[in-house]
Amino acid sequence: MDKFTTLTGIAAPMPLVNIDTDMIIPKQFLKTIKRSGLGVNLFDEMRYDQDGNEIPDFVLNKPQYREAQILVAGDNFGCGSSREHAPWALLDFGIRCVISTSFADIFYNNCFKNGILPITLPQEQVDILMSDAEKGANARITVDLESQTVTASDGQTFAFELDSFKKHCLLNGLDDIGLTLEKAAAIDSFEVTAQQARPWV
Amino acid sequence: MSGKTLYDKIFDAHVVHEAEDGTCLLYIDRHLVHEVTSPQAFEGLRMTGRTVRAPDKTIAVPDHNVPTTEGRENPENMTEDSRIQVAALDQNARDFGIHYYPVSDVRQGIVHIVGPEQGWTLPGMTVVCGDSHTATHGAFGALAHGIGTSEVEHVLATQTLIQKKSKNMKVEITGKLAPGVTAKDITLSVIGATGTAGGTGYVIEYCGEAIRDLSMEGRMTVCNMAIEGGARAGLIAPDEKTFAYVQGRPHAPKGAQWEAALAWWKTLFSDDDAHWDKVVTIRGEDIAPVVTWGTSPEDVLPITATVPAPDSFKGGKVGAAQRSLDYMGLEPGQKLTDIAIDTVFIGSCTNGRIEDLRAAAAIVKGKKVAVKRAMVVPGSGLVRAQAEEEGLADIFRDAGFEWRLAGCSMCLAMNPDQLQPGERCAATSNRNFEGRQGRGGRTHLMSPAMAAAAALTGHLTDVRDLM
Repeated sequence: MDKFTTLTGIAAPMPLVNIDTDMIIPKQFLKTIKRSGLGVNLFDEMRYDQDGNEIPDFVLNKPQYREAQILVAGDNFGCGSSREHAPWALLDFGIRCVISTSFADIFYNNCFKNGILPITLPQEQVDILMSDAEKGANARITVDLESQTVTASDGQTFAFELDSFKKHCLLNGLDDIGLTLEKAAAIDSFEVTAQQARPWV
Repeated sequence: MSGKTLYDKIFDAHVVHEAEDGTCLLYIDRHLVHEVTSPQAFEGLRMTGRTVRAPDKTIAVPDHNVPTTEGRENPENMTEDSRIQVAALDQNARDFGIHYYPVSDVRQGIVHIVGPEQGWTLPGMTVVCGDSHTATHGAFGALAHGIGTSEVEHVLATQTLIQKKSKNMKVEITGKLAPGVTAKDITLSVIGATGTAGGTGYVIEYCGEAIRDLSMEGRMTVCNMAIEGGARAGLIAPDEKTFAYVQGRPHAPKGAQWEAALAWWKTLFSDDDAHWDKVVTIRGEDIAPVVTWGTSPEDVLPITATVPAPDSFKGGKVGAAQRSLDYMGLEPGQKLTDIAIDTVFIGSCTNGRIEDLRAAAAIVKGKKVAVKRAMVVPGSGLVRAQAEEEGLADIFRDAGFEWRLAGCSMCLAMNPDQLQPGERCAATSNRNFEGRQGRGGRTHLMSPAMAAAAALTGHLTDVRDLM
């Protein structure tokens, strides 16, 4: 997993609320057995018509957002299916950060496994960043994970909350499984105790 | 110090390690696996030379991609990408020595129906699966939730999950349900009241007389959609109904172990003085048969209502409601019962169990469908066999329903069972998202009885008018 430290980039505005993971990556693209290559199908049914032509009005099809690295989105982003293909598709497109007032639980966790930073901010701050996003490359947003801040194009800085363990893993690009396997002895001993207490499991 | 909730008790019993910041390593008792969200996880194990730590606690079944038509054991009857995914699961199950129910096995079905049916799911367990509807298993008083593929790999390799404790939310459904009102109406009504993000950060425990009165099948329907309300998991405290359902199942404990298990299971309830971070109470008598009108599971209304106007909402929901109405092809003020239906889908992990088929068959019996296509997809091969034995299959076939083999089918349309653009479906599944059942397809969620009623009349219908 790539580290996440700081990012200054173009943000794409997606003010729609309840953007679900079916929208982010429709089911027909879940048949892959790989993690890569999904960026071209990110938001597929909003982005292309039935014949596969780009829909010019869709934000990521507009010239100024083709290089977007940040999404500023409406409430409850990533709800629905647990498919990790959603963060895989975002990452493959080039999105490293999503900013919203709230995220669905599983999607939120999945982001951290893939070097994507989901940032939760209050509505009024998201509104300011949304208006920056509407200006495309003329209003770049800066995210600093170490200091846990987002800086709008006019220099206003907003602090965001983040779990310390998730932050540590993201800053250092750490592999969770490797970290957990360092606690193998604790797992062994839990299994011995559990086997005595609940042998039917 | 206050008492513990059921969630607290199960969580605490599974903590392997707790860091100073509260990050826990939680032991996982059952890991369910299907073909769509697992290939990259197994590939990860191979690339790092890791193995499955507890193959005996890992159960795999293909369900999302599999065709539900006859002859599906022949791989040539699957599209190439589906075939590759199912073949990968076959191979991974063999290579890593995990329990497996292939397509040819009568016990195959939707993973969340197979788990309880085979007795893999037991009270007090931690259960995970790379599938958001893992919440279903909470009906047994098991802490069960969906995970992403990276977490699937983590559980395969370590049999644990890195977790922070969620908050506790109590959803109490008091009193009795009126005739024609079912578990599906409860769970949809709760989401309608709390919204799709209302449960975010919480584990919900459903309780109250109306919940206790539900069968295990009904409780599974309620917990199944906890995720649609944003919750990490849904739970119902185990009771005599739970124990009766579990006893005698192939992987349930037996003899002295059964007695020991039962003694522990009977301690699994929320203490009277437990702390709740949020409480929602709904009167059972106030719940009507409901349907969804929009493209979010929170877009719920009684069948007697009319399509709402977007400006009756607030904030970002105004635009979302307008987008929903445009997508759904509906006008504000239209009576819900005037909405014509093309297709009826009865099945899914929400409503593909025997009780669901009985409820639908009771409405359908002796009548004919009035829609273009109506299908019943049992949740497992065993549900299908039982329904045939009980004569339900004949009732459906005689009425003009297609009687299919088990799988996820048109709930998410990864197999050939899909809606065409603009086609409108009365569905017993769990999501009405744009494109969920096929690009441009329009989904109305409801109970099996309500879907059966719509099949007979050709439009959304108040099932109470047919009872």
